[in-house]
Amino acid sequence: MLRKMLLCLALLGMAGAAAANPYEYRLANGLKVVVKEDPRAPVVVSQIWYRVGSMDEVNGTTGVAHVLEHMMFKGTRKVPAGQFSKIIAEAGGRENAFTNRDYTTYFEQLQVGQLPLAFRLEADRMANLALTEREFSKEIKVVMEERRMRTDDNPQALVDEQLNAVAFEAHPYHHPVIGWMNDLENMRVEDARAWYQHWYAPNNATLVVVGDVKHDAVFRLAQQYFGALKPRVLPLRKEQKEPLQRGIKRVAVKAPAKQPYLMMAYRTPVLRDVAGDWEPYALKILAGVLDGYSAARLNQSLVRESRLANDVGAGYDEISRGPGLFIIEGTPSEGKSVVDLEQGIRNEIARLQRDGVSEEELQRVKAQVVAAQVYQRDSMFYQGMLIGNLEISGLSWRDEKMLLEKLKDVTADQVKEVANKYLHNDGLTVATLDPQPLDGKHPAQTSAGERHDVR
Amino acid sequence: MMYVKTVSIWLWSALALVLSGIAQAGLPIQHWQSANGARVYFVESRGLPLLDVSVDFDAGTRRDSAEKSGLANLTSHMLNLGAGGLSEEEISRRLADVGAQLGATIDPDRAGMSLRTLSSTRERSQALDLMAKILQQPDFPATVLQREKARVIAALQEEDTQPGPIGQKAFQAAIYGSHPYALPGAGKVETVARLQRQDLLDFFRQHYVSESAVISIVGDVSREEAAGIAEQLSAGLPHANGGLPPLPEVAPLLQAETILLPHPASQSHILLGMPGISRNDVDYFPLYVGNYILGGGGFASRLTEAVREKRGLAYSVYSYFMPLAQPGPFQIGLQTKRDQANEALEITLATLRRFVADGPTAEELRHAKQNLIGSFPLRLDSNRKILGYLSLIGYYNLPLDYLDQFVKNVDKVTLAQVKSAFQRHVNPEKMVTVIVGGDDKK
Repeated sequence: MLRKMLLCLALLGMAGAAAANPYEYRLANGLKVVVKEDPRAPVVVSQIWYRVGSMDEVNGTTGVAHVLEHMMFKGTRKVPAGQFSKIIAEAGGRENAFTNRDYTTYFEQLQVGQLPLAFRLEADRMANLALTEREFSKEIKVVMEERRMRTDDNPQALVDEQLNAVAFEAHPYHHPVIGWMNDLENMRVEDARAWYQHWYAPNNATLVVVGDVKHDAVFRLAQQYFGALKPRVLPLRKEQKEPLQRGIKRVAVKAPAKQPYLMMAYRTPVLRDVAGDWEPYALKILAGVLDGYSAARLNQSLVRESRLANDVGAGYDEISRGPGLFIIEGTPSEGKSVVDLEQGIRNEIARLQRDGVSEEELQRVKAQVVAAQVYQRDSMFYQGMLIGNLEISGLSWRDEKMLLEKLKDVTADQVKEVANKYLHNDGLTVATLDPQPLDGKHPAQTSAGERHDVR
Repeated sequence: MMYVKTVSIWLWSALALVLSGIAQAGLPIQHWQSANGARVYFVESRGLPLLDVSVDFDAGTRRDSAEKSGLANLTSHMLNLGAGGLSEEEISRRLADVGAQLGATIDPDRAGMSLRTLSSTRERSQALDLMAKILQQPDFPATVLQREKARVIAALQEEDTQPGPIGQKAFQAAIYGSHPYALPGAGKVETVARLQRQDLLDFFRQHYVSESAVISIVGDVSREEAAGIAEQLSAGLPHANGGLPPLPEVAPLLQAETILLPHPASQSHILLGMPGISRNDVDYFPLYVGNYILGGGGFASRLTEAVREKRGLAYSVYSYFMPLAQPGPFQIGLQTKRDQANEALEITLATLRRFVADGPTAEELRHAKQNLIGSFPLRLDSNRKILGYLSLIGYYNLPLDYLDQFVKNVDKVTLAQVKSAFQRHVNPEKMVTVIVGGDDKK
């Protein structure tokens, strides 16, 4: 049965290689495999995406998704602690992993002939992780060091952490991916074990392979290494909706720094129906109008012309499992406060809401969207990231073309409409950095507006 | 927002990470000189409709003086903010209209510009026209300069409150003394404040000259088209007015020095090291392979094993050589909770001392070679990576078959060479040690 199916796939592949690329196949145990053939170099990237991230955590054990990611390198019955990385290194490969709110991903980059090695090791640790107390007790310290480095000693990261904690009260995007320090201090190896047993299963994973490979051969290889793994009944996922926001929210963070910092986050939808939705595409174009190139509105107006800001930016991710935010951030220039900068940003938003965008601006932003589509194909790793991100978010790699078309179809009226609908106070959270002196004594900056940023 | 198991170490220049080379059997590099003396390196790559071009000059931050440090950086930064009568806004819009990406690049040795564009005619020619104008006729508008100075100064003031940059700058200053490699790349608040438009114009005319230009081209164009591009980009460049002034030698450290800097951070930032080697050092390959074993090879390295894997003392611990035109730094770095700073430092030092005294084991050397040779094709798997190597080969005058020889050169390295090279270049008793936010008990 299986062999026949593969044969059919192979024939299809021959018929329309370019048109059909990538290729998809699902093993009987639920593991989805997506292969993109790219013969530009004799290498391959293998990424295994687990549909579990910090948004699946519960209070008291925040950070466990990321801790488990670290523990995945700490040995199985067959491959002792530390050996995973060494085996890949000796095969001339590179490996790593990353944890995000929506997913946990492990990858290997190798000469193309070494792909079986990556599959063997990944299949092994999907089912046979050792998770010993001894290894856990060391690795949890490493993770706490990571938190100190990334967040506790990084003023802007602290602001970002607080912004999410305030913008999302019920939804688990509330807590940081790395976890609250107190949860890390209290974490036990049993927490990591439970996490692993709940979520690490072929039916909760997507295997993405990009490289100088033949898809049918990769499907056979996936069957050979992952085929025997047993699916699990996954925990019930209860969708947690963030309740309606009923007014502006503000939070201030004090930390040792010189420059103040401002983040403004507006609640927005994300893409759920690729063909039917239009707002997420319009919001994406809106982000480009504000910050898509150095003469885009925010930089041109606030950094270059009015000199309110030293840096300013805007961003919006239309693809995610959880709710969206449209974020504008910046640092005020010398003598200006976060209050001044916020007002400057609000003026730009008001201008957009009143006058909309010009056709010229719209075309300029779209030209970059189109070019980026070509540029990203220079990196096999990034091509894999696009596929995995779509799959994890409940969309499909098949949607990539339509995503591009839909972005190209966005009209000036639509951009104006989403600006009016979503960039308003009732869905806004503002987070600011209140810079503190290093010695804890005198203020680092004494410009007049500085005192007003906490309302 | 992502959390990754290992940290990438961003150095002065991302390219510096690429200590090694590539070139699958015969990366077909074509090389020639433009009519006015620029050296051109070209790889034709037809797989995707895109074109990458970089132009580099001997205009990096080592050309700064102590009085005007930050000048090289500001000159490079200002290039595309007004040129040939076009305003920064007009330049930015015209680039965006064709989806092109153009940016300034700078490191201690090199400065220049790098372009990525679609290879289709309209897009390509509009992007290249702008790049040529920017390289040949930068205006350095006075009002823009005032603004950018203020922005650089604000960024420097911010850096001066953050433990990572505080430590890095102190380390550089201590290992290089009076050599310009000691100077912070973006300058200091007081030196940037005194830079004038004339300084930038003078720096540009002296350093952005056709004779030192290295033009690298990778992508979907023919050799003839590449030649046309090289002529267009180099034609209007200033000519060298004699050579650049010679730079002082990098002096070796005569004694150990420990610098303790207070900071309220929860972690201590620890840096150790000394001046290392230049690009053309005969010990380059033994040190490169040896450093993979000491602290360059991620989870396979001795430092990671001792500091992170065995004891959980740090998330990131690394060592690297950054070979430059003159001896670039050898550096070990880590961050750890401040009350365990002394313990982590002792373990790091013990690991280094043992490695220098005994060298690697035969098994370690074998594994290092397996990785460095086996991962070779990964170094050449995108146009952008190939462009980086062309620029490297061009600027440092490496042989055209540098990449083809890379694997052989790695393979030839012996245990005795690694040990001997480390003993000659890395003296653990004469290092600079910088600790920002140290152990309060001490």
